[in-house]
Amino acid sequence: MEPFRRLRSRTVVLPATDIDTDQIIPARYLTTTGREGLGRHLFAGWRYAGDGTPLADFPLNRPQAAGCAILVAGRNFGCGSSREHAAWALYDYGIRVVISSEIADIFRSNALKNGLLPILVDEPLHAWLLAHPGADLEIDLEGNRLLLPDGQAVTFAIEPFARYCLLQGVDELGHLLAQLPRIEAFERETAR
Amino acid sequence: MSPRTMFDKIWQAHQVVPETVDTPAVLYVDLHLVHEVTSPQAFALLGARGLRVRRPDRTLATLDHSTPTDADELFGRVPMRDAAAAGQIAALQRNAAAAGIELLDIGDRRRGIVHVIGPELGATQPGSVIVCGDSHTSTHGACGALAFGIGTTEVGHVLATQCLLQRKPRTLAVNVAGKLGAGVTAKDLVLAIIGRLGVAGGTGQVIEYRGAAVRALTMDERMTVCNMSIEAGARAGMIAPDATTFEYLRGRPRAPAGADWERAVAAWSELPTDAGATFDREMSLDAAGIEPMISFGTNPAMVCPVGGSVPGRDDPSYRKALVYMGFAPGERLAGKPVDVVFIGSCTNSRLSDLRAAAALLRGRRVAAGIRLLVVPGSETVRRAAEAEGLAAVFTAAGGEWREPGCSMCLGMNGDLAAPGQYVVSTSNRNFEGRQGAGVRTLLASPATAAAAAIAGCIADPREFATREE
Ligand code: SF4
Repeated sequence: MEPFRRLRSRTVVLPATDIDTDQIIPARYLTTTGREGLGRHLFAGWRYAGDGTPLADFPLNRPQAAGCAILVAGRNFGCGSSREHAAWALYDYGIRVVISSEIADIFRSNALKNGLLPILVDEPLHAWLLAHPGADLEIDLEGNRLLLPDGQAVTFAIEPFARYCLLQGVDELGHLLAQLPRIEAFERETAR
Repeated sequence: MSPRTMFDKIWQAHQVVPETVDTPAVLYVDLHLVHEVTSPQAFALLGARGLRVRRPDRTLATLDHSTPTDADELFGRVPMRDAAAAGQIAALQRNAAAAGIELLDIGDRRRGIVHVIGPELGATQPGSVIVCGDSHTSTHGACGALAFGIGTTEVGHVLATQCLLQRKPRTLAVNVAGKLGAGVTAKDLVLAIIGRLGVAGGTGQVIEYRGAAVRALTMDERMTVCNMSIEAGARAGMIAPDATTFEYLRGRPRAPAGADWERAVAAWSELPTDAGATFDREMSLDAAGIEPMISFGTNPAMVCPVGGSVPGRDDPSYRKALVYMGFAPGERLAGKPVDVVFIGSCTNSRLSDLRAAAALLRGRRVAAGIRLLVVPGSETVRRAAEAEGLAAVFTAAGGEWREPGCSMCLGMNGDLAAPGQYVVSTSNRNFEGRQGAGVRTLLASPATAAAAAIAGCIADPREFATREE
């Protein structure tokens, strides 16, 4: 996993609420046994016409969205299935941060394991971000803060262990493997 | 010890290492269920790290998601239509064999949808922690287990260590008083609950369903309710084990037997939430007020009674959903023509669900132009349904009777509807495109689905008197 410390980017905005994992990546693209290249299927149902041509008015397809690494989405982003393909597709496409006022549990957990930072913001800031696509933001994970275009800093909460892993660019498996002696002891004590 | 919820008891009994400010808890997993879609990258992760599957004996694999429900394709008489799906199936066959994991393979008499086979085999047991790379793992909570869906990276963690890193979720009690009315089912109950809670109402929480109406449910019905907990955003749903649970599990292949059974029942009887224990949040409703429900939008909280009208709401996402569905605010739902009826999925593909649908379809035919697809949840359900004549009822009515699998619940195996079509579906998600690009899904109970198949339109199942044989 690539370490995540600071990132500066303009935002791309998808204002719809309850964007589910079937929209992020439809099930027909889940028959893969790998995890690469899923970015081209990101939001496939919304991004392309039936014949595969990109729809010009979909926010990700607009010229201003090129290179944007921050996605601002409506409330309850990532609800639905546990498919990690949703996080893989966003990351592969180039998204590194998802901001919303609510983010579904499993998606959030999956995102954090793949170098994709989910950030929860309060309703007023969320409303402002939704209304200002293309806003130039700086995300400072070391300081747990988000810098708005006017220089104002807003702190955000993040689970400390996930933050540590992101900053170091290490995955959680190493930590779990280090617990193996305790896991073995637990199995002996509980006759598992 | 102060009074504890059932969730707290199970959580504490599985904490290998408690959580701290800096680190999540290490939680032990008793049963890890695996299927072909969310596992290949996890096995690859283990391979890349040179790790072994630590407890193959606590891992059980099945083929369901991208597996064909057409017998010719399934049994190799014709090639699988989707080569990538075939590759995924082959990958799980290889990975399971290499790791020594039991796989309910094609041709196995026990194969089926992962959330149907667990309870059916008695592998799902009260008090255990059960995970699977699938969000509807919440189904297993019906037996009094803590069961939740995980991502593929976590599937790898469990394969490698039999544990997960988890922060403790909050608890939500959903108290359902009273009694469901005649012709009103567990599916209607859970759709009504989601309608009340909203699709994010359960985020960060584990739901315990309680109250007289919940106690009165059969195990199959409890599974339907717990199954859809994730549709309210909850990690898990659970119901305290009781005599109904024990009767259901007794004698199942993986359930404890003999003296072990007595010991297990004694331990399981300690699980229910103590009197005086508090939940982080509570919600109450009365079952008596619930009617047969149907969804009209593109998330499972957009529901109303089948006899009702589409509510109006001033919200752009809501309006967009209605445009997708081709519905107008104020429009009555009953009488809306439909194209396809799908009876299946881990929500409603057990024997009792098929009986409920067959009760309406017996001696009747599906309306002209309607495609009825009935997909049993497992091989065990398939054989039982064939033995008691349910399959014959469906085919005589003009329906298709398929091999078990997820099928049109998520349309990965080629079972899809056409753009613009309306599908009354007993599954759990009505997301845009879930059953095919442009397809409009209407979630309902097996009885409501059967009524729609007969009428050719949305209809109240209570208007169709059950026909006796
Ligand atoms: S039936 Fe549907 S919801 Fe259930 S496990 Fe299969 S795809 Fe998931």
